[in-house]
Amino acid sequence: MSHVEASHDAARPAASGGAGKQPALQKTAPTTFVTMMVCDQLCGLPLQDVREIVVTQSLTRVPLASGEIAGSLNLRGRIVTAIDLRRRLDLPPRPGTERGMSVVVERGGELYSLLVDEVREVLDLDGVKFESDPPTLEAVWRDNSVGICCLDHELLVILDTDRVLAVG
Amino acid sequence: MDDLLPDFLIEAHESLGELEIALVRLEKAPQDKATLSSIFRHVHTIKGTCGFLGLSRLEHAAHAAEEVLGKYRDGIVAVTPDSITLILRALDTFKEIVAGIAETGAEPVGDDSALVDALNAVASGGTAPAPAPSPVAEAEAVADIAHPDSPDPEARAPAPPASAAPASAAPASAAPASAAPAAVAPTAVAPAAGPAAKTEAAATTIRVTVDVLENLMTLVSELVLTRNQLLQTARAEEGSAFAVPLQRLTQITSDLQEGVMKTRMQPVGSAWTGLPRLVRDLSLELGKRIELVMRGADTELDRQLLELIRDPLTHMVRNSGDHGLESTAERRAAGKPETGRITLNAYHEGGHILIEISDDGRGLPVDRIRKKIIANGLATEAALAEMSELQIQSFIFHVGFSTAAVVSSVSGRGVGMDVVKTNITRIGGTIDLKSEPGVGTSFTIKIPLTLAIVSALIIEAAGERFAIPQIGIVELVRAGVRAPGHAGRPAATDESEQAAGQRNGSFIEQINHTPMLRLRGQLLPLVHLGGLLKLGDTAAAPHGEPAGDQAGEQYIVINQVGASRFGIIVDRVFDTEEIVVKPVAPILRQITMFSGNTILGDGSVIMILDPNGIARAIGIGTRPASNAAAQDDAQVQGSNGKTALLLFRAGGTELKAVPLSLVSRLEEVERERIEWVNDALVTQYRGKLMPLIGIGGAEPSPPGETAGQTARQAVLVLADGDRTMGLMVDEIVNVVEDVLTVSLRGDRPGFLGTAIVNGRATAIIDAGFWLKRAFADWFAPGTGARNRRPSVLVVEDSAFFRGLLMPTLSAAGFELVAVPDAIAALKLRDAGRMFDLILSDIEMPEMDGFAFAAAVRAGGPWRELPMIALSGRSSPADVERGRQAGFDDHVSKLDQGALLSAIAERLGQPAASGAPTHAARV
Repeated sequence: MSHVEASHDAARPAASGGAGKQPALQKTAPTTFVTMMVCDQLCGLPLQDVREIVVTQSLTRVPLASGEIAGSLNLRGRIVTAIDLRRRLDLPPRPGTERGMSVVVERGGELYSLLVDEVREVLDLDGVKFESDPPTLEAVWRDNSVGICCLDHELLVILDTDRVLAVG
Repeated sequence: MDDLLPDFLIEAHESLGELEIALVRLEKAPQDKATLSSIFRHVHTIKGTCGFLGLSRLEHAAHAAEEVLGKYRDGIVAVTPDSITLILRALDTFKEIVAGIAETGAEPVGDDSALVDALNAVASGGTAPAPAPSPVAEAEAVADIAHPDSPDPEARAPAPPASAAPASAAPASAAPASAAPAAVAPTAVAPAAGPAAKTEAAATTIRVTVDVLENLMTLVSELVLTRNQLLQTARAEEGSAFAVPLQRLTQITSDLQEGVMKTRMQPVGSAWTGLPRLVRDLSLELGKRIELVMRGADTELDRQLLELIRDPLTHMVRNSGDHGLESTAERRAAGKPETGRITLNAYHEGGHILIEISDDGRGLPVDRIRKKIIANGLATEAALAEMSELQIQSFIFHVGFSTAAVVSSVSGRGVGMDVVKTNITRIGGTIDLKSEPGVGTSFTIKIPLTLAIVSALIIEAAGERFAIPQIGIVELVRAGVRAPGHAGRPAATDESEQAAGQRNGSFIEQINHTPMLRLRGQLLPLVHLGGLLKLGDTAAAPHGEPAGDQAGEQYIVINQVGASRFGIIVDRVFDTEEIVVKPVAPILRQITMFSGNTILGDGSVIMILDPNGIARAIGIGTRPASNAAAQDDAQVQGSNGKTALLLFRAGGTELKAVPLSLVSRLEEVERERIEWVNDALVTQYRGKLMPLIGIGGAEPSPPGETAGQTARQAVLVLADGDRTMGLMVDEIVNVVEDVLTVSLRGDRPGFLGTAIVNGRATAIIDAGFWLKRAFADWFAPGTGARNRRPSVLVVEDSAFFRGLLMPTLSAAGFELVAVPDAIAALKLRDAGRMFDLILSDIEMPEMDGFAFAAAVRAGGPWRELPMIALSGRSSPADVERGRQAGFDDHVSKLDQGALLSAIAERLGQPAASGAPTHAARV
């Protein structure tokens, strides 16, 4: 099993400038995000929630669980519950051949692994403006995200870890 | 009281140690408010606890010290070195009193008036006396420090005032002035200026933080997993050199894991120690009569869990007393006994510990709850209209909910049941409620034994592996599949099926597509695991046949859940392994089929099945079999009211039913073996003659007269003790569980009436009628309590006499429990044990038989039991005294014949007080 620890190197987008930045006490509002591709949409999760990033390996199915739960996996002796982010966001399932990556987050002492297509870079968005979700956005996206960030070339949907994990 | 003392001693010991450090700190920084408050709090707590425990000497001293500290805290009296010294001296006094308690269980007698006066003087603004010698305190402190092995208890007694020695809080040497006899070993003289002298309480136990144990447990589980991996690798190679050391390793690992788990296990009763007091206070405060019954106090669970459930339990008992139980007047009006009863019952079931808290009060008021839900905006009226009573009642677990009209000081603050539920769910448990208006309420807490390393059987169904805890598995069966009357089945494998079935006598049979296993003549319900979990082919029904191929043989894992048994059909059975149970993630917890998951030796994650969840899913009751509540008055609040019924047809197409509990076996008797004797049908069954009764409309005809009957007659065998009879039926249809309410009472002899069972009108037979037709004296008295041996409590301090009595009593057919003194007997009573009769010696140290009898008759669950006094003395005065105290009879110890007849007489007749004995109840 190969895995890549999320590094704290940030690639800054071109947007932020000026000296009038918000003070560093932004502990509560995360500004650094791990970005990932979920069915051609770039999404982000706060870096502080992410524990590690691994290649998705074999999952054990959990019978009778809701469809969003892809199964359980063994991460160095800890049992991690895997949630398929595509299913969670009502997107079509991944084409069979691709394995995808897993973003491992921790909540309440339990580890969860969010299955995504690809993991992109870690972005420091301090000072970048967030737009709130437009009302025209589908309910399932609005339920699971806290806002949209306009990057240079694409839109980044910032997901809310707690809400994403609120399955069933 | 006794079991509170050790806890108090440990706490007091700790508090005193902390107090000393804090006082010294205070002296250096008199203005330090935090230290002052902390000191004050400690002393205040000690004083309070002493008051409760009746330690008056300590209480007085602590009170005087508290006064001074209070004045310090309020700034009225200045903190001076002299006054600090005085308080430190007081601390010493406390310490030696505590040591005295640890030694003898009671406060040492002593006079602290000098100390108290000095403290009071300071409190009222005078100066502290010059540190004068306090000979009494000092000498005793010395004795305290003396070697714990000192054989001479008089060393502890207050010494006569010794000659003055230079005083300080630190009697540094034991030599001078000590009135303690020289027998006191001078070896262990620890300077008291240093850390507090060790008391007895600390000698035999050691305090370990739970974290350390937690780490140990984790390490042990990792060890188990690694060992499993090694085992698997070694198994692959035959005769490997690793095999022998691995075996040793396995043994050591098992022992280690057992030992570590034991360190964390404690009886749940220790969370209950405060409850009797609580209930007593409650009943005084509320003016209600409340009785607390505690059963299963020695059921063990992890210490950490114990701490976590202590508060929820307290809260729920409070609730029961405050809201659940009605006032005495209300209870009288409702025809209930005036004393309300709160019952705690703890037991193990399938890898969990269950604690039931029930009361026989008024039940949860659905209407008031409904109003509160609407008032608090938790749900709309429309939504509520759709909900069942149970769903509405479950709203009490919602945050911020409280129906107490008056928020009493006892409960009803609106932070109640939701916090309880949160606390319980956090440790991976569940809480269920059952309530019936006017009857009572019962909560059941189910907590998993987390981090348990359990033995589990690994099985496979539809290509996926699962683990079933070994503890509930009764048997593994390889069964053939027989499908009579289903023409569509492939006939090719018939022979192998039949062969397999005949080989081990078990077949899977289908009744209306419901698989059942006939095992040694008994019918067991079955469930296909693959179908139940909707694995593989999702079209298979939960009870249904496996979708595709059906092998000639299938594996069935037979589980025992409560009093019921059922079988799980699986494809493959691997081996039994020791696995580490990890609780499922919270988002998966609502799937009741699983009790956890684990990582196997090969690294794969598999789910652990919960037989209880499976049983519930297929509709089998899970009421515990071993529950002692069966012996008591009806406290059947855990029951779901369903009865297992066997449906059959006999003499017509009408569906008939008989409670499954009456049917001991299903048999098919060859018609030619049914004989007609004395105008009745009989058959030879297991070496005896079994009468056969037909339930059809008409009388059964002698065999041979009707053609067209099948060669075999289906018979329901009813048995009680050594009597059996057979009910002849045409066809066995099904076994179902349903609420049995006979709605249409008929007057057909032999039938109770008609009920709706599983949606169809079914005639319910009157089993008693048919049983009497077989044996006129089926219900003759004397057969009632036959199967249950009466239980007798023997209270006798002499081991010799115990040894004399026990074999005789046991041979006479009694279940015996012997205790060496009355205190232990009363402890059994308080733990909820019940007996049919009590035998007690009179001459016993500490508490004699008369005092014991008086205590039993004064109140409590044993109040009405027959009590017989055993004595070496039998003068009329003694007998009379015994009767006054509450004994029903008086027998000489040495006359065993008289003893046995006295016991027999007491058990067969009402006790002296006129209440019926237990044996008289059928």
